[in-house]
Amino acid sequence: MIRVVLPAHLRTLAQVQGEVTLAVEGPVTQGAVLDALEAAYPVLRGTLRDHLTRRRRPLVRFFACREDLSNEPPDAPLPDAVASGTEPFLIVGAIAGG
Amino acid sequence: MSGVRVLVGTRKGAFILTADGKRDRWDIAGPYFAGWEMYHLKGSPADPNRLYASQTSGWFGQQIQRSNDGGKTWEPVGNKFEYDGVPGAHKWYDGTPHPWEFARVWHLEPSLTDPDTVYAGVEDAAIFRSTDGGQTWRELPGLRGHGSGENWQPGAGGMAVHTILLNPTQPERMFVAISAAGAFRSDDAGQTWRPVNRGLKSDFMPDPTAEVGHCVHRIAMHPSRPDVLFMQKHWDVMRSDTGGESWYEVSGDLPTDFGFPIDVHAHEPNTVYVVPIKSDSEHFPLDGALRVYRSRTGGCEWEPLTKGLPQRDCYVNVLRDAMAVDSLDACGVYFGTTGGQVYCSADSGDSWAPIVRDLPAVLSVEVQTLP
Repeated sequence: MIRVVLPAHLRTLAQVQGEVTLAVEGPVTQGAVLDALEAAYPVLRGTLRDHLTRRRRPLVRFFACREDLSNEPPDAPLPDAVASGTEPFLIVGAIAGG
Repeated sequence: MSGVRVLVGTRKGAFILTADGKRDRWDIAGPYFAGWEMYHLKGSPADPNRLYASQTSGWFGQQIQRSNDGGKTWEPVGNKFEYDGVPGAHKWYDGTPHPWEFARVWHLEPSLTDPDTVYAGVEDAAIFRSTDGGQTWRELPGLRGHGSGENWQPGAGGMAVHTILLNPTQPERMFVAISAAGAFRSDDAGQTWRPVNRGLKSDFMPDPTAEVGHCVHRIAMHPSRPDVLFMQKHWDVMRSDTGGESWYEVSGDLPTDFGFPIDVHAHEPNTVYVVPIKSDSEHFPLDGALRVYRSRTGGCEWEPLTKGLPQRDCYVNVLRDAMAVDSLDACGVYFGTTGGQVYCSADSGDSWAPIVRDLPAVLSVEVQTLP
């Protein structure tokens, strides 16, 4: 199972506490994880990726294993530690004031 | 005894303020959606327990929330606002073409008769409609597509449809206002639109009387007289007696003709309220004194209303969607400030008292009169 950590506002929106665990079919890529997340929690559609372009929203970041994966291609494999569930996939709201 | 429910949107959440008809003791509920910008909340005239709210965030985008119990509980509904067809471009601040991009919902206007039908005014300027209680949204593309859209340009706060007025006696007729494009009217329930800005004069435009480009801040109407419109423009308070066909200035003896909100008394169609603000760019009350101005003559002659409002050291603003009136026998008038105060007058503006003083900056105020 893939472990995903959501930012606090999206945990509230999705009505979840703590980490989310997801089953991902096939290669574990950023796109596959986000697809599985949105399928499990439809309210998150549009909050991480633009509805139409599917591009990451500018102030959303994807981290894992101490690396910033935000600008990796959506179909690039995530680290083995994420795929195996050893490490979580972190979704983070960028520090941007306000 | 009847009462009121005041729906307050702020920069950091929503609040619901309730009182009985005396309007002197208030219950404050919230924050709802803490940390999110709540641009606007509004109840359905056809079912006062049905509320809609625009919840938005620079990080996580747009949500629409719906309540079926007067705001006690909420559920997220549809948040997909997709422009019809190829969106094209409008003008950017520097005058170059800029592609239409959805940013947020500024204003939600529920149908007068159907709780499941609601209109959304959005940035970049367009109008959407839902007929399934907010689950799905479709653009009414005739507004953007009527011909002048490529010349629309954002004001300092963005380019948004911020005002939607529905005509209670002629359901096919609607008005919207856009900063900075102007006022527009539809006579076929939103399918086609045309600018209705004749008589407006805006010296910041190369042609001050051009058909579009005016920075209209707000339009208001009284339901008993829907062809009479009052407008607060970025300078000038205007009036139309012809459903927008032409406008004339009624700023009269106001100390400054700049401001954002404008509203009409619930029972006196000729009684109008504005909050004059010093501009350009200061955007706070003149001389640090917060004054609502009331005209009982449909404009031109205005009186300051000061009782209960701070008359020194006050440097807040009142935004365009942050004023409302109730329809109790003694008409209540409400407004919220960027300093987090929400004021109520239970006597048509003669005297004021704060309902609450220390909310986040207030973006919008609506009021429901409850049986």
